[in-house]
Amino acid sequence: MTATVETAPPAGSRGPVPPAPEGSTTVTVKIRRFNPEVDSEPRWDSFEVPALPTDRVLNLLHYVKWYLDGTLTFRRSCAHGICGSDAMRINGVNRLACKVLVKDLMSGGGKATTITVEPIKGLPVHKDLLVDMEPFFEAFRAVKPYLMTSGNEPTRERIQSQADRARFDDTTKCILCACCTTSCPVYWSEGSYFGPAAIVNAHRFIFDSRDEGAEERLDILNDVDGVWRCRTTFNCTDACPRGIQVTKAIQEVKRALLFRRV
Amino acid sequence: MASTTAAEAGTADVPARAGSSRSGGTLYRGDLGMWSWVAHRVTGVLTFFFLFVHVLDTALVRVSPNAYDETIALYKNPLVNLMEVGLVGAVLYHALNGVRVILVDFWSKGPKVQRAMFWVIAVIWLLVMIPGAYFMLERTVTEMIGGH
Repeated sequence: MTATVETAPPAGSRGPVPPAPEGSTTVTVKIRRFNPEVDSEPRWDSFEVPALPTDRVLNLLHYVKWYLDGTLTFRRSCAHGICGSDAMRINGVNRLACKVLVKDLMSGGGKATTITVEPIKGLPVHKDLLVDMEPFFEAFRAVKPYLMTSGNEPTRERIQSQADRARFDDTTKCILCACCTTSCPVYWSEGSYFGPAAIVNAHRFIFDSRDEGAEERLDILNDVDGVWRCRTTFNCTDACPRGIQVTKAIQEVKRALLFRRV
Repeated sequence: MASTTAAEAGTADVPARAGSSRSGGTLYRGDLGMWSWVAHRVTGVLTFFFLFVHVLDTALVRVSPNAYDETIALYKNPLVNLMEVGLVGAVLYHALNGVRVILVDFWSKGPKVQRAMFWVIAVIWLLVMIPGAYFMLERTVTEMIGGH
């Protein structure tokens, strides 16, 4: 059996389209695409993809890239909700594509399902779902997200009580996926705002009893573009794939500024 | 880009964040907190415009009491009556949601129960607005449908 030109899979493909698995339904994946070499404006592209209820949205994107259109561009690394590379806007909200199941997006009553996928908002799009993360990491670095101490290094590990550790436990969970920062209406319109993720990572050290840089970080965030830009819309808390109470953390930093220092 | 970039040397190299990422796309299906914030802004701006007009019409007393009377008489029509109900609704929402935002800011459990607090203020708003609108519109309606 020889493959003819007509049936040859497209470039970058993993081969011919595999048979649809048993129990799958066809869903429409509508993707917001942008190729800077061809497009002057972003455009919508739709693909029909066989999906199992237990598939994740990332599986659908893989299907498109591997069998339908190899030019589809997106980030993903671990594909298990740990690395935080596949943040995207799925059906209008920021989620990790590797953590959203198709069964939770199915439209009921036997109606055809359409899943929309867009790049996260507020960061420049390089191509398709791939955005420039540099402004995001720049804000992250600006809050000095590392342990700052003075004096001699202890000979043993730095001891901390369980209560002191619990104080900032929630904000240690951040994986820097940018779901929260790019869900924030303030961040969309005010690019100079630090954004929720940077504040979460500042919180992680401000409230760490072993760290001595709290005052410095509070000073950095005590700014029109710091915590005071937050309007408590709670989009960040809703978007966080790690379940971090982001708005609560930002409010704690605000209150630390108001009450703990003069 | 102000302070976020200030710490970095290559500020000029940072690409502008505007551009294709913000053009078009679907509406962000944000948290209830986002929509309450949008409504807070809208009602705040509406109230500001009312106050602007209100300062102007009240200042007319200084021009002449007659001009003031004439202007206020213009307000006695069904359309303005409806706008008055809208004003009460806007101010009431803004006030109630303002209390909710204060609790989110200063009560440590506030962020956790922000959605519940929104539904509480929504219920209070309805409980006040239903009889409020009735009494505010009662006279206009009876006059319009063959009253005195």
